[in-house]
This record gives sequence, structure tokens and C-alpha cells, in this order.
Amino acid sequence: MTAEVEETLKRIQSHKGVIGTMVVNAEGIPIRTTLDNSTTVQYAGLLHHLTMKAKSTVRDIDPQNDLTFLRIRSKKHEIMVAPDKEYLLIVIQNPCE
Amino acid sequence: MAPKQKKKSSRRKKSPKPILAASEDMEPVNMESMGHPEIYPLVLTTKTQEIFNCRIDEDITDEQPYKLINKEDIFEDLRNRAAVSDFHPVKKIVQEYPGNELLLVYDKDFKYGLNFYLIGTEEGKENYLNPPEVSEEQEEYKEYIPEDVYIYKPPVSKPWVSLGSEKEIEEASVTESTKQITYMISRKRSEFGAPIKFSDQNASSVKDAYIECTAYPDKNFTLKQLEKDVGMQVIPQIKDISTQTKWTYPKNATTQYYPREFSEEEKETLKQSKPLVDFLNNASISVEIALQQNEITNTFIDDWKHLAEEEGTFGDKTDTHLKEYQSFTDLHSPTEKMITCVSWHPTIYGLIAVSVAVRLSFEDRVHFSGKLLLQPSLILFWSFSDPIHPQLMLESPDDIFCFKFCPSDPNIIAGGCINGQIVMWDITTHADRIENVKAGGSRSKKATLKPMFLLEPESNKEAMYIRHCAVSSIENGHKKVITDIHWLSDTFEINRMGSVFENRSGICCQLVTCSHNMFWDIRPQKPLTPQTTEKKKEENIEIPFDVPSTFLHLDLSWKPLTKVRLSKGETSLDHCPTKISLKEDHLLCKTQDKVLAQSKTAKAEEMNPYHNLESGMPNLLKPIDDFCTKFFVGTEEGEVIYTDWKMEKDPETGRLMPKKPVSLHTIHDGIVHTIQRSPFYDDIILTVGGWNVAIWKESVMTGPLLQSCCAPKRYTSGHWSLTRPGVFYIGREDGYIDIWDLLEKTHEPAQSQNICITMITCIKPWIFSSKQQFIAIADYYGTLHILEIPWTLSRPSTNEMTSINHYFEREVKHLEYVEQRKKIREQEKKEMEQEMAKKKVKIYQKSKEQMEAELKMDYESYLELEKTVLINLGLIKVTEKGSYSDVM
Repeated sequence: MTAEVEETLKRIQSHKGVIGTMVVNAEGIPIRTTLDNSTTVQYAGLLHHLTMKAKSTVRDIDPQNDLTFLRIRSKKHEIMVAPDKEYLLIVIQNPCE
Repeated sequence: MAPKQKKKSSRRKKSPKPILAASEDMEPVNMESMGHPEIYPLVLTTKTQEIFNCRIDEDITDEQPYKLINKEDIFEDLRNRAAVSDFHPVKKIVQEYPGNELLLVYDKDFKYGLNFYLIGTEEGKENYLNPPEVSEEQEEYKEYIPEDVYIYKPPVSKPWVSLGSEKEIEEASVTESTKQITYMISRKRSEFGAPIKFSDQNASSVKDAYIECTAYPDKNFTLKQLEKDVGMQVIPQIKDISTQTKWTYPKNATTQYYPREFSEEEKETLKQSKPLVDFLNNASISVEIALQQNEITNTFIDDWKHLAEEEGTFGDKTDTHLKEYQSFTDLHSPTEKMITCVSWHPTIYGLIAVSVAVRLSFEDRVHFSGKLLLQPSLILFWSFSDPIHPQLMLESPDDIFCFKFCPSDPNIIAGGCINGQIVMWDITTHADRIENVKAGGSRSKKATLKPMFLLEPESNKEAMYIRHCAVSSIENGHKKVITDIHWLSDTFEINRMGSVFENRSGICCQLVTCSHNMFWDIRPQKPLTPQTTEKKKEENIEIPFDVPSTFLHLDLSWKPLTKVRLSKGETSLDHCPTKISLKEDHLLCKTQDKVLAQSKTAKAEEMNPYHNLESGMPNLLKPIDDFCTKFFVGTEEGEVIYTDWKMEKDPETGRLMPKKPVSLHTIHDGIVHTIQRSPFYDDIILTVGGWNVAIWKESVMTGPLLQSCCAPKRYTSGHWSLTRPGVFYIGREDGYIDIWDLLEKTHEPAQSQNICITMITCIKPWIFSSKQQFIAIADYYGTLHILEIPWTLSRPSTNEMTSINHYFEREVKHLEYVEQRKKIREQEKKEMEQEMAKKKVKIYQKSKEQMEAELKMDYESYLELEKTVLINLGLIKVTEKGSYSDVM
């Protein structure tokens, strides 16, 4: 089991331009991460709130809809959040060379 | 009167007769119209006057303006002159005159129209003569009275007749319509002045105390509204609640928190949980799709934007020439001077300092040394606002060949002389003069319109001569001309060993000069006791009064801190360095920053740290480790040396010896006059000398990254561009500037522009603002040209840094490749040589055998030849026929 988890995360991390990957639980507490602790905690806390907000927005507009993926493109890199009922997968990638 | 009238009427009847005969019948005109019927005006000519002796002003005067004339005389005149006679018109009067004498009166005032008049009646004559004046007046008065004499009668009253004016008067008058009513009110005397009591009263209780207008519905004004326009809006439920609180004062409140985290075991358990695995499997699919999307293409790039260059150019993009802005020449100096060094003032805009030296060779200097002593050697400060007068003139004992502003205090200037002395100036007292130059620019513009000879005696325009503050000691200083001088940065210090310490004072206090490479410190060194007495004796020299005493402790006794000699290895000769380039310090530990900041704040109250230098060097300083003490040196022979200034102990002799140079290259064919680090890269150095240019990288010591081929003209000065990493300027000896752009061409200059007719001695660019960049070019004839750098040369293109980086990396790789190739070539060469050697050996052996075989063949052929010859000669007889055929 763990090997599978490890392997998936490793595969994601090895993509071109990926800076960091982290798995966060529903309350925003990080479970697995490749970045240092302070950065992870910051990302986890902030993105958890943002994901909740995005989810509620989508559901307010159409209650039968749901959030599947969240991508935030900034000047320097792109943050991708895959939400779930219990967990959050956050990946940070630098798209340009 | 009546007979006259009758006469008139009788005469009138005769008037309609023809004119010819009218002369006799013409009526005499009399003055009846004027009330004098007896007066007949006459014109008497002078002839008549003579005849009758009534000449004007002789016989007839003012007192007696009349003459009695006999009738017979008149008749005689009439008979004599007939119609011509003046009395002809009054002939009838004269004939009918009763008396004998007629009165002729001179009418001076022409009262009756003519100059004489005749009185035709006796009465008139009498009246005129007796009494002459009074009677006339009375006569005249009486004549003016109208004939109807009015007799005054007093008015008689008649009864009044009314014409209706009474009614009008009645209407206009004011009368009382009613009779006036009189009242008399009385009151008891005692009630006067009694106190008054007021009391309330209900208005309704008293009858007629008030009048009411009650409202009532008036049917004229009621309208029934049949249509109504109403708007509605839905709003969320709002609740407005407010409370009142006590406001005391704001308090700072902080919270401290730490994030919740899982412990390691929890993490492990979670990792193994199935939901996580499922989640990851699901999520990773979409995540990987997204990642791949990003890898394929960047959808947010604006290709057009990235294709274009930067926006907004000032000025023409095609204009690539340096534009002449201003030029300065010292017009007051008697001899011809050349400019040796140029430096922009670090803080003040528009101020540039120039050192001038006399343009003579060494022999000429010695020859004219007496004359040269009298002329002061100067550093001139020029300002843009005044191209004729220098703002300041700094005096020095001898010609200055290089000088620099102190980076931490621009009022301190250090210069190197031709005789090997260092000269220091302190211009803090004159700092406000040069700072106000730009403010007084408008004033000076007017002044420059006048011709030069009028400007001389202006007192406020005179440039001040400032004497130097201190010079180094001659015995301990350089023996040759100082070609380069640098201030060491204010972050580190050097001690006698050459090892580096931190600099606590926060100011630049050490110098490096180059003609034997010496380090100097501008603070007084601790003198050893036996020397103090000698020094005191020497220091009793009088100081000129306007020289600041900043560096008094150094004057004439300044010794260098350390000396660095560059020996040439085995020989005892030294290199002659001409320019050096120190590593600009970018290494600073963080602790050092704090220390410096502290010391700087402590010194904020002090006036100027440079004035308190006499405290001497502090003893305890922290040494800076791993500071790079290596630097580049360019020599007179054209070599570029990379060496260390730290001294090391020679293990054999125990003395302090300078280290051997790390690398030495002879690249240039002439004296190296420019070594400069690029302002963008720490380790890229430009060296210019002789006929070519070289670019070096500090860590790569195998050779220069770029070495240009020999130019047709000698290069005499060079400088990097301050804003573009791949551009540098080289000055030639024929007055041309070559502008090299490494992105355009690396084998030759990109541009060449003529500046002046003679050798360019110094180039210094300077940035004023983002739009303006100037370059100062000094030439051999003493003129300083200021040119403006066009937009294309001052603005770097977007990727210029990266491109230049790539270029340098490529060049480094190229050098490495060349090195490797060299090795390979060496190997190949060796192999080839071996092969060649082998080949030679073989050939040699072969030829020996061949030689023998050949010899044999020759011998046999010789024998044959001998035989034939002998036969031909007949010495050997041909015995057999076979032998004949053989011979044939």
C-alpha cells in the first residue's frame, strides 16, 4: 500500500517543472510532502480554505455540481489542487522553462 | 415838413423819365429814414475839398467839422463841373435853399453813409450850430420818442367776473369731513404707577375674546385617485443592532499559534489507509493530465509581446552615433597641455574633474624644468553650466597622472603625481560652491554671452585655487610616475601583512597605487618613540592658511602601509605594473553588516569622520577569512598578471615574500593601459593595450576569452559601457572611438566614430538619468569632449544579459575545448613523430641494400663499357663473330 502511494507521488514529482507535491487531509493538516515544513504548512492552510470556498461557490450556483479540480496560474508557477471528500492533493509546477 | 413832402411827390412824378436826363432830375437822398430829413449825405472828392477849402484834417478838423459854404460858390462849381461836381445830387436843395450859406458837415464816422453831409434847411443849420452838442442829442432823443405819446392812467377797479376757478380751489382744499370728537379721560391720581398684576384667562370663557377659523372639507378640492404607481424591491433581511461600549484606549494584543500536525505514526497509518490510496489513484490521473498540458504548451504566453522589443524609445532608434554635447578646454594655460585622467563627480550632476599635464617628453621636461616649476599643475573642475571657466582648480606639486574621488566622501580626492608622490585634497569648504553651480546655471548663461576679456575681473566667477592637503613622503614613496590609484572599499582593511580585516570606521581609508603596487592608509600610523622627536622638528613648518588640516598628520611624512613587488621569477627584475583591478567586494558576511550599521549610527553625530582621523588605527579588528586577495595587473610590457597581494613567509629565509603570480600572459604588444572589471559581472575583465583588446574571466586562466586581432591603429584607452553588458568603448590614437558590441560582431568594432584629431587619452561614461547618458572623452591636446550616448547604445535589449552570459560560457567552453584539443594534438603529434621516426629508420635500411645493388649494377655496366671502348679502339680484337654480335 505504501509502496503504491510512494510510487504515485514519485511519478508526479518527477514530471518536468514540478516544484513540490503534498497530500493534505480534510482539515488542512499535511500528511505527505516534498517541501519543507513551514512552506507546507502555509500552503496547506491557505489552499484548504480556498478549496472550500471554491467548492461552496460551485455548489451555490448549482447544487448538483461539484468541484473536481482547481488550478491557480500565477506569474511564477501553477498550483494544482485535486480535492476529495477527505483529502487534498496539491502540486506546484513551474510551467515555463 | 409838408412842403418837402410835396416836393417829393412832385419829384416822384418825374422819376420815370429816362436815365440820361435823370441826372438833373435825380432826387437828393436825405436822411429822413433816420429822422433827419434835412440832412443830405454827400461825397466830396479831394478836388471838391480843395475848391471849397474843406479838406479833411486841414480845414475841417474834429473841433470844427463843418463849413459854411456860399450858395454862389456851389452854383459856380456846378456850372464849372456840371455832372462831375459833387454837389450835383443836391443841386435842387441848394437852389431852393433860402439862406445864403449852407452848412456842410464832415461825417467822420460815416453816420449817414458818406463822408460829408449837407444840411438843407436853415433850421437844421441853426440847430447844428447853436448849440451844437446838446441840441443835437436832445434832438436825437426827441426823434426816438414815438409819436403816440402815452399818458399814464391809474387802473380803475371793475367788478369781478367769475370764470370757474372757484370750483377748482374748492376741490383742492382740504376740509374736515366730520366734526372732530374730543374725549376726556380721567383717572385717579393714586392709581398711577401702581403695581400691575397679570392673570391667565381662558379664551373660550370670555366672550368674543378670539375668533376662530375652523377647517372644513371643501368639496372643490377632493380628487379621487384612480391609478397608483408603486415599486417594490426585495432585500435580504437586515438587522441593525448597535451597542454602546466603553472605549478606553487601544491595546496591542497578540496571539501565538502553531499549526496542527500529525505525528509520524499517524502519518504512517494514514498512508496505509485504503481511502488515501483510492483518492490518490483518482486524483493523480487528473493531476497528470494537467501537468502534461503545461509541459506541452504554455497557453498564457502572448507571442507577439515576446517577439517585440521593449516599448517606448526616446529618440530615433536608428540613431547610433554619439552626439556632441559640450566640450571643455582650458584657455588660460600658457603651455600645451594634455588631459591625463578624467573623473565624474559621484554625486553632483554635471560636474567633471580633469587632470592636465604638460605635453612634453622626458627630455623636454628636464630641459624646461625651470619653467615648469612656475606653472601650477592643476586638476580642473568643469561644470556643464560654464564651459569657459573651471569651477575649481586643485593645485598639486607636479603633474597629476591619475586621481580618484573617495567613494565614501566625494570631497576627498587622491591623486598620483608624475614624480611618484600621492597628493590629497580636501574640498569640503568649497563643496557648497560647486554644489550651487547647477543653481546658478541661469546666471552664468547670461555671462557667457559677453566676450571673454570682459569676464576676467568678475569676482564670483573666479575659480578658486585650492592647495593640496597632504603629499606623501618622497623617500618612501614611488620612484616612478604613478599610473593608477584606487580607493579600497570601506568594507575591509589591510594590515601590514596584507591580510584583510574588517573596516569598523565605515569609510574608505586606504588607497592602492600602482607603479610598484603600494598600499597606503590615510590614518596616522603609530610612530615609534625614537622617531617622534625628529618628526616634531620637521612638522614645525608653517601651513598656508586656507589649507584644511584634515591630512596634516600625513603631509610629507606619509609612508605606505605595505608594498607588493612583482618579481619576474628567477631574475631580480620586477614587473612594471601600470594598472590594477581589484575585486569589488561583494562578499560580506551578515555579521559584518550589523557591525558596520552600529558603527555608522554611532558616528552619525560626528561631523565628518575624515576630520577625526587622528585617532589612529584601531588594534583589534576581526580578520575576514576567505577574502579573495587576488587581483589583476597590467604591465608596461603588455603582460596581464593575476596575482595575490597577501604576503607569505618564505620557508627558507623566513622573510615575508610576495606570492608568485598565479598566471601571466603576454597578450598585448604595448603597454597595458586599461584593466577594468565589467560593471555587470564580477569576473569578466577587459584589458586594452598596444594594438588589441582582450576579455578575461577570472577563474579561467588558460587564456583570454576574447582576443581581438591587431587593429590598424593603436588603442589608447578603453571602458565598459555602464548599462549594456556587451558594449565597450575603445579610443584610438587617431581620435576615433571604436564601439564594440559583443552581440553584433566579435571580430571587429561595431561602430567607429571620429571625435577629435588627436590621440584619445581617457574615456569615462556616466549615467545621469534613465534617459541621459554621457561619455567624457579626453584627448591629447587638452580638450575634454562630452558626448551624449544615443538610445540604442544605452538601453540594453531584453535578453542582453542572458545572451552575453551564454556568449561567455561558450567562450569558456571553447577555451576548454582548445585546451583539450591541445592535449589531443600533443598526443597526436607525439604519435606522428613516432611514426615519422619509424619511417625514417626503415627508409634508411632499405636504401643501404639498394645502394649496394646499384653499385653492383654500375660496376657491371662499367665493365661492359670498358670492353666496348677497348674493342673500338682496337686494343682488344674481336675474336669471335659471336662476340661481335654480342658487341652489337
